Amino acid sequence: MIRVVDLHKSFGHNKVLQGINLRLKHGETLVIIGQSGCGKSVLLKHIIGLLKPDKGKVLVDGVDITNLKTDELHRITRRFGMLFQGSALFDSMTVGQNVSFGLERYTEFSPEEIKELVKESLAKVGLIGIENLMPYELSGGMKKRVGLARAIAYRPDIILYDEPSTGIDPIRADAINDLVIRMKQELKVATIIITHDMVSAYKVADRIGMLYAGQIIEMGSPEQIKNSENQVVQQFIHGRAEGPIKNW
Amino acid sequence: MLTWSFNLLNPKMFPIAKSPLFYINAFLQEVGEVGLLFFHTFRNLFKKPWEKRIFIQQLEEIGVRSLPVVSLTAAFGGLVFGLQTYVGFHRYIGPGSETYGGPIISLGLSKELIPILVGLMVSGRVGSAMAAEIGTMKITEQIDALFSLGADPTRYLVVPRTLASLVMLPCLTIYGDIIGMGAGFFYNVYLMGVNRVLYIRNTLLYMELWDIMSGLIKSAVFGVIIALIGCWQGLKTEGGAEGVGRATTRTVVIASILILIVNFFLSKALPADL
Repeated sequence: MIRVVDLHKSFGHNKVLQGINLRLKHGETLVIIGQSGCGKSVLLKHIIGLLKPDKGKVLVDGVDITNLKTDELHRITRRFGMLFQGSALFDSMTVGQNVSFGLERYTEFSPEEIKELVKESLAKVGLIGIENLMPYELSGGMKKRVGLARAIAYRPDIILYDEPSTGIDPIRADAINDLVIRMKQELKVATIIITHDMVSAYKVADRIGMLYAGQIIEMGSPEQIKNSENQVVQQFIHGRAEGPIKNW
Repeated sequence: MLTWSFNLLNPKMFPIAKSPLFYINAFLQEVGEVGLLFFHTFRNLFKKPWEKRIFIQQLEEIGVRSLPVVSLTAAFGGLVFGLQTYVGFHRYIGPGSETYGGPIISLGLSKELIPILVGLMVSGRVGSAMAAEIGTMKITEQIDALFSLGADPTRYLVVPRTLASLVMLPCLTIYGDIIGMGAGFFYNVYLMGVNRVLYIRNTLLYMELWDIMSGLIKSAVFGVIIALIGCWQGLKTEGGAEGVGRATTRTVVIASILILIVNFFLSKALPADL
């Protein structure tokens, strides 16, 4: 479904991605783990076409999206839903307008049908009757859920999550994990999750890949990652300050 | 003494100072960025979907909400222009010649002062607000979210703002012309006792429609400058709240300077009459 081939990206002298290769299959949940600032979000932004790589390809069902024009790219990104790290709800719009934003652009539904779909999407993430609230009236957890409702409203078949559990308490983080699993089961979507929260990673992942020094240094099932012999992986998953990773 | 002067130029003593080539390169890069944004905006003007809701919002924000500030600046601009014109005619030409101040005031206001005042006021009020709003959207990933939801940020954010600015600046300028000329008339006729009929007659006799039109052309160009600079600075915002503050300040400074520079060249380029 998605293939990332030899992806390179630098910002000035800072080489963030140095030859990333990965593959995502239909209905699969892939979790990318790694330190803060290691380039996980940069990788995700390449997959959805927000950034252009210096070198390499991102193939979505065989189509390389790295050189597409904006309108062509939007025909592909119609298939993606993305939950941003800080939710990225539009401040100037109500919850309802936020959730209907993608529906209005990506679909041909009538305003009444859009209204129903907004309600349905919000209900899927456990929120009822908040369409007229503004984003500043919501808690952090509610914002995440509205962000997710916005991402799933137009029925994408790939959902990207950028640190879904960051900034919320462990109970809400687990509720978000349950939502991720439920979305996968109900909507049959492929999922990529960027996180450094290992509890979440073990709970939701089919496969886990570790990004370090601009490359995927390990990829495997949660069990394989737990039992990895790579010292960098072991240091990261056990959250130890001592080990080969020094640049923290 | 000579050694001391050389030390002043020594980059090791002033590590912040960079070579002139660095500044030329940075300047050309920024000109290129604005040029590209202008090109993308122009190209997207003709593409659907048109963001009517945002366009109407911006018409209100740029036009209606700028009326109080434009009223005040135009009124006092007109008053002070009326005052100096009265003093000039009274002192240098002689009593009775003040009625010829009418066309001078109208010409100066409609061709130069009001378009510039409106441009500067709107760049301070609206240009900075555009940079702050778009800059905040940038640092909170709302621009990325727009893109992921199928909206081209240039088409969604820049085009409606530029169009609204292009439409509203000339409207504000006409409004400012009326207020300013009214204020100049008020000062001369009601405060200084200049003959009302002659003042109006001279104004209508020497004033041409082209004087007002050339002011409107200038203000339309200023409108595009303000919106493009505000949006450009917003879209390139980096570094949190501090970055947003920097973007707003830079917008006001760059737009104001550009307005004054472009005004001179437009005054030179536009014919004096048609």
